[in-house]
Amino acid sequence: MKRRDLLRTMCVAGGSAVLGGVTHLEAQDTDTASGRGQAMGVLVDTTKCLGCRLCEFACAKANGLPEPEKEIDRAVERTPTPTQLTVNNRYETEQGPVSVKRQCMHCLRPACVSACLTMAMHKTPTGAVDWDGKKCMGCRFCMVSCPFNVPKFEYHSANPKITKCVMCVDRLARGEEPACVAGCPAGALLFGRREELIEEARKRIYTEPGRYVPHIYGEHEAGGTSWLYLAKVPFDQLGFRTDLGTTAFPMYTKEFLYSVPLALTLVPPFLLAVNRATARAHHEEEPMIEAEGET
Amino acid sequence: MEATSVPIPRLASGFRRFGRFILHELRPKGKILTPFNVITGVIVAVGAVLLAIRFIWGLGSITNLSQDVPWGLWIGFDVVTGVAFAGGAYVVTFMVYILGQDKYHPIVRVTVLNGFLAYVFYAGALLLDLGRPWNVINPIIGNSFGVSSVLFLVAWHFLLYMVAEAVEFSPAVAEWLGWDRLRKLLKGLTVGAVIFGITLSTLHQSGLGALYLMAKPKIHPLWYSEFIPILFLVSSVFAGLSMVIFEGTITQKVFRHRVGRSLRASHDGIVLGLARVCAGTMFVYLFLQLLVFVHEQRWAYLGTGWGAWYLIELGGFVILPAVLFMTALRDRNLRLTRVAAVLTLVGILINRLNVSVIAFNWYAAERYFPTWMEIVVTLAVISVELWVFRWIVNRMPVLDFARHDDSDELRARVAGPPVAYQTQE
Repeated sequence: MKRRDLLRTMCVAGGSAVLGGVTHLEAQDTDTASGRGQAMGVLVDTTKCLGCRLCEFACAKANGLPEPEKEIDRAVERTPTPTQLTVNNRYETEQGPVSVKRQCMHCLRPACVSACLTMAMHKTPTGAVDWDGKKCMGCRFCMVSCPFNVPKFEYHSANPKITKCVMCVDRLARGEEPACVAGCPAGALLFGRREELIEEARKRIYTEPGRYVPHIYGEHEAGGTSWLYLAKVPFDQLGFRTDLGTTAFPMYTKEFLYSVPLALTLVPPFLLAVNRATARAHHEEEPMIEAEGET
Repeated sequence: MEATSVPIPRLASGFRRFGRFILHELRPKGKILTPFNVITGVIVAVGAVLLAIRFIWGLGSITNLSQDVPWGLWIGFDVVTGVAFAGGAYVVTFMVYILGQDKYHPIVRVTVLNGFLAYVFYAGALLLDLGRPWNVINPIIGNSFGVSSVLFLVAWHFLLYMVAEAVEFSPAVAEWLGWDRLRKLLKGLTVGAVIFGITLSTLHQSGLGALYLMAKPKIHPLWYSEFIPILFLVSSVFAGLSMVIFEGTITQKVFRHRVGRSLRASHDGIVLGLARVCAGTMFVYLFLQLLVFVHEQRWAYLGTGWGAWYLIELGGFVILPAVLFMTALRDRNLRLTRVAAVLTLVGILINRLNVSVIAFNWYAAERYFPTWMEIVVTLAVISVELWVFRWIVNRMPVLDFARHDDSDELRARVAGPPVAYQTQE
């Protein structure tokens, strides 16, 4: 009896350990995570952006989405929507108006990817963060977790999709650059390997210090992003969050996830030990009383 | 040949008898047109229509969810708060089966049943919130294991915990069906299921808090900290027990005819004992909150409106009920215990909604407030749960069952029968 119970508990604990043991946070390709190797990205030089919004139109065309409105109120700050994956906003700053294109930042270690329990959101070898509708169950945990509020959800559909810029993964696979980059007439968008883009951004800051603030947004923010930004004013004036820190967001759940296999292996034997300790005390008392009654 | 052909008619008549029994038991007992039935009936009917609309035209057709507020009432209340309220099951089974506190044995079945139904219906509510529910099977089977996701862990733990609770409750079902041999077998599984269930509970109660760890930039700093999982776990203890006290009060009145002698005799002592555990854990929780307050350097926020709200949550709904529990213990005042339990439950509701909804996107100009339709669907889920609970309590031995051949027998099984016992038999 004793042995069987011990065996049973060990099975429970062992099974739990296997279940928890697979919780591995570092499963991502280290090359994409560090931004080295084939990780591609885009450098957005907002000092060159004309604010013509042709990137929005190129994006809509490439993704088969409705054409954006031609006349818009530039005073209103827009965010991407399910039908518009990139927006170009104009900000009035101390240095005059600045136009900024916004879309998914394609983090090196994305919060949305680590949040996704079906691996529908995933990082491709090129660095793009893509979404797979065959896997997604629409829980919207990616939206809760994304520090840039990028993934959008089709709230008015019976077959809703999570929509976001996917850095034109199909075009990338064909060796082309993303549609918005190809459609930019001002050379404000530069597509390339992230490593080289950072070198290029540094070079621009060094050679024209008066033109840029010495900050490449996305180099370290939230652990680093594939999209990088240069600007002539501090980024908090351009609608960017500057309080995100440099920690990759999946790291915030690391301690908890590491505690899972520990708890699953240590708690059951502890509970069994307490159970048996209290059980013995209980039964040492009872037979004594019984024995007294018998004799 | 003959040996096998004889039992077949007997088996068939057995099935027929079983079918008749189930049909008989399915029939409602008592009056159908009571105020409770009429009100909940209307709520469930309206809820069903709303859900049809939701599945045809999308979540946006009946909810106020938006691109900035992806999780609203259905997650913040039904799942995050509801699971904390259901924490009583793991705490009471811990006290009864692990610590051997037989005093609490009479409430163990009703608590486990409540916990089980809460998980079934709150996990069910999670399905209503999924945009693509037909893919819900992906994290369970196949090659789509998102193992780095806290939600993956929570989903699996919900599922396994439901199984554990079903096993813990199963002897009551076997007794109802009169299947004695099966009942003995199922009872042998109880301790294993309890150990597994408690382990899962510690992880998914904290896991619900860990869901919000990556929402760091979105949650007000008075509610965000890296300690959310531990705070959620500790508060689930007194949340669950306060719910046991609250439910017990109602059960004693509504199901008076089903309450057995042992529960009737021990109920007051049980409530006071639970109140003691509540008070103790609440002071531990307050100390943890104080540590977090100092660690996260929250002084600066206290002067704001959010600071006042934070102080109301901790002062009015943790410190006050903890003191009330203590006073009630000193005076052996059951009514005060119930007041304290209700205040505690409100406090947990406020805390969970603060993390998941109220202090989420606190800087946004447009605030989320649930539509009346989201509230009706939530009430409909609760109504159906209450119907199922009533159906089971009125038929199965939940509030009245023999003690001796439960915990004692189990303990004998784990520790092995003493020699004296065996020779006497």
